[in-house]
Amino acid sequence: MTDRAFAVVRAGALTTVQDGGRCGYAHLGVPRSGALDPHAAALVNRLVGNRGDAAVLETTLDGCAVRSRGAVTVAVGGAPCAVTVDGRPAAWGTSVRVPAGAVLEVGAAVRGVRSYVAFAGGVAAEPVLGSRSTDLLSGLGPAPLADGVVLPLGIPPAGAPHYDAVPWPGVPRELVLRVRLGPRHDWFTGEALRVLTTRAYRVSASSNRIGLRTEGPALERAVPGELPSEGMVLGAVQVPPDGRPVVFLADHPTTGGYPVVAVVHERDVAAAAQAVPGTPVRFIPTR
Amino acid sequence: MRALAVGGRALLLEFGGGDEAQAFHAELLRRRAAGALPAVREIVPAARTVLLDGVEEPGRLAEDVAGWEVPPLHARVEPAVEVPVRYDGPDLAEVAALWGVAPDEVGRIHAGVEYRVAFCGFAPGFGYLTGLPERYGVPRRATPRTAVPAGSVALAGPYTGVYPRSSPGGWQLIGTTDVTLWDPAREPAALLSPGARVRFVPVVREGA
Repeated sequence: MTDRAFAVVRAGALTTVQDGGRCGYAHLGVPRSGALDPHAAALVNRLVGNRGDAAVLETTLDGCAVRSRGAVTVAVGGAPCAVTVDGRPAAWGTSVRVPAGAVLEVGAAVRGVRSYVAFAGGVAAEPVLGSRSTDLLSGLGPAPLADGVVLPLGIPPAGAPHYDAVPWPGVPRELVLRVRLGPRHDWFTGEALRVLTTRAYRVSASSNRIGLRTEGPALERAVPGELPSEGMVLGAVQVPPDGRPVVFLADHPTTGGYPVVAVVHERDVAAAAQAVPGTPVRFIPTR
Repeated sequence: MRALAVGGRALLLEFGGGDEAQAFHAELLRRRAAGALPAVREIVPAARTVLLDGVEEPGRLAEDVAGWEVPPLHARVEPAVEVPVRYDGPDLAEVAALWGVAPDEVGRIHAGVEYRVAFCGFAPGFGYLTGLPERYGVPRRATPRTAVPAGSVALAGPYTGVYPRSSPGGWQLIGTTDVTLWDPAREPAALLSPGARVRFVPVVREGA
């Protein structure tokens, strides 16, 4: 077997393979998926000379460890964490050479939730519908990493521009999400809209790749009853019967039957990937 | 039709009913195929809406579509997808009671109708099929099952559906099929896509 592969030594709480996601299949019920923090994923890819949307590992809170068969250049970014190679400290946020047979350990996130690990050549798991992303909602793409699993690596692109360091926006203490009301804000009382856009919410521990759940004041409905299922977008703020807003993230269902009170600005969604449970959330209305 | 803004990059087109939404969806696909639609990442039909996601200028597109003349839905020329079914579901008796018919009538009634995939969702390849007359609508089960087997043919509200894989679900199960609804390695991956015509063909159980 080729030495362009790595074995999973410690899978961590939830480590998945992610790339740019699966676009164009929402009408068949297939979520987009892809890296929850696409900026971080693109940055680590740049550091190893990959295209920004090459497949990387996305860890959740406690990192992971892998043993590379051959020598490979890697970069760890996203949520800051300790990085070691065969037990020796290595740099976070820049490219690192991992010798053949050495163990790359990605430690627990010091701040934020999700660290990203890029390998020169990218993770070459079998693509499904044009993407190597793990989709936890519908079970498409490679299964979440498990100890002992071996994943192949692609061929590093030749002549790719090489970066030593890239800017990383850091993890905010407060998650500020600009929202545009609608399409179903008229299903809520005026008071509910005032509550949403003025009161403090917190990130709930039950958040996952499907949605960022919040704790805080419940939003009161003006229209009772059920909304017929309709298409959902990334960043949709859906309000289930308990009245607590849920921000739809990459693995969100493609259609849903709870009203969407507002939609988070596209550029603000990635920050939600790094907000630990308990982080204050504010929804700022924009036009 | 109403066009509702969904964030800054999407539009939700809302119609008076499902037929109108399906007709508009068909028109959108026709225009996209003809290169007469601005770039759109996703076109997602649903119960009475069509979502257009990943649109550069949603306001402009909203103005444009408001002026469209959309022909009523007509049957597709391609043949209906045939789904062989054993009418042996655990909720057959309950559905028969709700319909006020004998249990062995359920399959005859269900298979006597031509369906159309109104939209997909819930799971990859799960189609919401319309066509069953209104009087045969049934409520969802009060307590959803934690695991519905793949291939289960089911009813809920005005819809018929087939579970592509084992999953929790609250639909009433009336039968089983062996066809593969969803296979990402197949082209196309989904047996049932929005707009497709569908027929259920009863098969007799071995030994029956």
